[in-house]
Amino acid sequence: MIQVRKLVKRFGMKTILNGLDLDVSPGEFVALLGPNGAGKTTFLRILASLSRPSLGEVRVAGHLLPHEAAEVRARLGVVSHQPLLYADLTAEENLRFYGRMYGIPRLEQRVTEVLEMIGLDSRRRDLVRTFSRGMQQRLAIGRGVLHDPEVMLLDEPHTGLDQDASSMLDGVLRSVAAQGRTVVMTSHDLVRAEDLATRFDILSRGVIAASATRRQLSRSNLLTFYRQALAN
Amino acid sequence: MAARPRTLPASSPSAASSFFRAMLAVAWKDLAAELRSRELFSAMLVFSLLVIVIFNFALELDIRTRQSVTSGVLWVTFAFAGTLGLNRSMAIEKEQSSMDGLLLAPVDRSAIYFGKVASNLVFMLGVEVVVLPIYALLYNVNLFIPGFLLVLLLGSVGYIVVGTLLAAMAVQSRARDMLLPILHFPVAMAVLIASVKASGGYLTGADPASIQTWLNLLIVYDVVFTSIAFMVFDFVVEE
Repeated sequence: MIQVRKLVKRFGMKTILNGLDLDVSPGEFVALLGPNGAGKTTFLRILASLSRPSLGEVRVAGHLLPHEAAEVRARLGVVSHQPLLYADLTAEENLRFYGRMYGIPRLEQRVTEVLEMIGLDSRRRDLVRTFSRGMQQRLAIGRGVLHDPEVMLLDEPHTGLDQDASSMLDGVLRSVAAQGRTVVMTSHDLVRAEDLATRFDILSRGVIAASATRRQLSRSNLLTFYRQALAN
Repeated sequence: MAARPRTLPASSPSAASSFFRAMLAVAWKDLAAELRSRELFSAMLVFSLLVIVIFNFALELDIRTRQSVTSGVLWVTFAFAGTLGLNRSMAIEKEQSSMDGLLLAPVDRSAIYFGKVASNLVFMLGVEVVVLPIYALLYNVNLFIPGFLLVLLLGSVGYIVVGTLLAAMAVQSRARDMLLPILHFPVAMAVLIASVKASGGYLTGADPASIQTWLNLLIVYDVVFTSIAFMVFDFVVEE
């Protein structure tokens, strides 16, 4: 579903990604872990076609970036720690707006389905500015899945959420993944990542330093695996 | 896990209709949000009314002089109010990174630009619609001349077309509030001079041939900068 070869991203003289290679199969839930400044967000922004690679090849669902960016964007849902919503619109107006941008057929029906899925149907006519951070993040996931994307990119979606809101978000993320979507999620939270993901890739110094599936790791040693990957 | 069937491409409309659909969606979103908050329009309107009232008391003019300074006073008012609105309009997209949400849509990105142009133009023309009758009353000048109104429209289009593009560039900087006027006023100088000259010509009953030159300049400016913005917007918003 995602193929990345020798990806390099430079901002001026600074190299953020330095020849990164990655393959993600359909239906995989990949947790991309790494310290601050490792390049996780930059990598996700390249996959989302929000940033151009300096060098290398990136394919999503068979489409080459940046040349086939519109085809890639039609197949992607993106959720970041910022909700990408408009505070002065209601929940349903936000979803309706993004639905129009994506050209979704039977939009009203789809908006209702998504609001029910994220548990915000009763608040559909409330302004987003009146929502808690957790509710905004659930609506952000609704925005991300509205067009039924094949691939979900999640950039630290738990940032700023309390324990209850994080647990509720986990439930929504599990249902998103259970529908067969390919998910790539960046996170600092190893426990949460371990609960959700089926594969763990450690990004360090602009490359994937180590990779392991859930089967290869027992619950007790993700932290050890992470530390070893960063130490090498 | 089994691969999921996709629903989107089967119903994907043509490129032209998706372009206009996205453009209208962006404009609708801006207008709906503004209808609720009234942040942007009220700031532009209060500023504009303040300027024309101050000028009214500062310049105690006879009827002939009033007609000759009207175009200058009005364009100073609309230019500053327009910049105020442009800054706020793009700042809204930057807050909560909503601009990324727009850029993720699978549409030609210039549709986003033209949607923003449409909403910014509605705000600027809305301010003009309110300010003109008040100005006409305060200064006792007839502003409802078709040629003058045409200049107002062409000048506003040129000002907003360039301003929206530059606001998209400026908003990515930390000094965006300061940067937009610095970038905008020099580039918009041609459209402002042509607008002042053409509207002044209509108000003072100048030779139609001399007005036509400025009118042509306005049309050329609008066409050239709309084309430039259409070609470069994608590069302006991409990292």
